[in-house]
Amino acid sequence: MADDNIRYINLCTRALSIKKRFLLMYSRANAGHIGSSLSAAEILTFLFFEWMQDKDEFILSKGHAAAVLYSTLAEKEWLSEEDIDSFYQNDTFLAAHPPANKLPHIPFATGSLGHGLSLAAGIGMARRLKQSEDRVFCVTSDGELNEGSIWEAAMFIAHHQLRRVVWIIDKNNLQGFGSTQEVMNLDPLADKLRAFQFDCLEIDGHNFEAWREAMDYASTCTKPLAVIANTIKGRDWATYENKLDSHYLPFKELQYEETLQRLEHQHREQVAKYHN
Amino acid sequence: MRVEFAQAIIDQYNFQSQQVFLTGDLGYMALEQVGNTFGERFINAGVAEQNMVSMAAAMAYEGFIPWVYSISPFVTLRPYEQIRNDVCLHNLPVKLVGNGGGYGYGIMGATHHNLEDIAAMRVLPHMKVYLPLTGSDIANVVATMLQDPAPNYLRLNQGRDIEGLSSFAPWRHVRKGEGAVVIGAGPVLANVLDLPQDITEQLDIWALGTLPVTEIPEALIGAIVRTGKVITIEEHYAAGGLGEYLAGILLARNIGVPLRWKSLHAQGYPNDRYGSQQWHQELNGLRGQLLQQQITTILQ
Ligand SMILES: Cc1ncc(C[n+]2csc(CCOP(=O)(O)OP(=O)(O)O)c2C)c(N)n1
Repeated sequence: MADDNIRYINLCTRALSIKKRFLLMYSRANAGHIGSSLSAAEILTFLFFEWMQDKDEFILSKGHAAAVLYSTLAEKEWLSEEDIDSFYQNDTFLAAHPPANKLPHIPFATGSLGHGLSLAAGIGMARRLKQSEDRVFCVTSDGELNEGSIWEAAMFIAHHQLRRVVWIIDKNNLQGFGSTQEVMNLDPLADKLRAFQFDCLEIDGHNFEAWREAMDYASTCTKPLAVIANTIKGRDWATYENKLDSHYLPFKELQYEETLQRLEHQHREQVAKYHN
Repeated sequence: MRVEFAQAIIDQYNFQSQQVFLTGDLGYMALEQVGNTFGERFINAGVAEQNMVSMAAAMAYEGFIPWVYSISPFVTLRPYEQIRNDVCLHNLPVKLVGNGGGYGYGIMGATHHNLEDIAAMRVLPHMKVYLPLTGSDIANVVATMLQDPAPNYLRLNQGRDIEGLSSFAPWRHVRKGEGAVVIGAGPVLANVLDLPQDITEQLDIWALGTLPVTEIPEALIGAIVRTGKVITIEEHYAAGGLGEYLAGILLARNIGVPLRWKSLHAQGYPNDRYGSQQWHQELNGLRGQLLQQQITTILQ
């Protein structure tokens, strides 16, 4: 088998493991935000297992998807399974949004939307001043782009040519109380970002081959890069895939088991594909 | 209180024709009926609270009465200068509504809590803060806010019903007792009522419903003089909160008795850990055992 195929199989397997872990977390906690985490699962998998280097920093600006971050950190063995079990329990470090102060690889408490890209800009600027080439990756959502602060950060990053900042937009076209089309149209988003002087890619955010291309492209960029990851909120949660409900509702009855089965099935197909 | 709030807004719709409702992209399974009732006057302003508040100020300037709704920190702290400059300096009738407040969002964590809102809002010019105690206060509060031509902030939280409670007012005498005076605001006060009866029957309990405090009832002054003990309780930091505020007012009144004063308030996140609202209250001595101990000590 070609090296590349092994790599993709590994990524798919990591993604499955990350998803299974956070789905169990949500299921046990009877908690919402499932759709937000499913939307970003491949993004975090690829960043943490392929793209990011040791000293690169990561900021989950859409903090309400904390479970996918915790699960990814556990996959990295930077959080223990015991920590994971405490998700949503009283006396936990693992609140529903990434907390302040206590956890490795979580530099800032997020959850109030629209802060992360500015934090990334600050890290990018600091690293430039320190003459470090280490990067910072920031994942924002699409509804989050309603916040003016995002565009303040975008202007700053572009103006200062902070190529150490990589901005990823989890574009699932749903936000808090409707679709982005209904609430606050973002399109044409790529044009906006390019007009702000970003280099911009639009990719299928669930596809690791597309992510590989994005990563390769990044090394050739002369401007800061923004990746629009087209995603599906609540992907593979049959009942609520691509529905607003996937933001809020916890699993009911057999939905958890059904979702797991679907993911396992999909994974077998992916592996088979790369074996051929 | 969120359910009662949505109902009150719907009930008021026909009585006050200048209302508009702005939400910061929130309202799933809560504001749908408000949306149906308000029609084109229900505006999802997106996740953009600063813009939403300044817009509301301008709509008020044009003659509307805007409700501005989000989770408490996002409608108070995030757009703070917009509230100060555009709403309060111009004394415009913008009605900010913060869901949560205190540790109301529990396990959602610190970014969704608001332990600074009372301090932040009460210092603003013209601003009046409403702190309902139970869900049954809300209809009254909403009607009052609509009569008030000034900027308002409403702090919504989960509140259990309190038997025999009189209707919403700036001051309410909730319970009579001779051991110590308790003054509180918001549903956290009910935690005092939940203590064992041999304690609660010693307490003279008062609920503060609005800020700023323009007067203190003579009966309350009388109880303070008689007992010489005051306990304040709030789901908020000490700085700028109820305890500090009332202490200042009473000092200025020169009531002339030495007081034992105990402020019960939020400390924040003493161990950097998170949990339910009740859990945070217990950790901060605002509920249960630790609350009981502190009150017992004062009573001795
Ligand atoms: C400043 C701020 N305002 C409002 C909210 C409440 N809120 C949480 S998630 C969300 C929108 C969810 O949509 P999106 O941002 O697109 O995230 P995704 O679809 O990726 O979950 C809102 C309004 C918040 N967390 N922060």
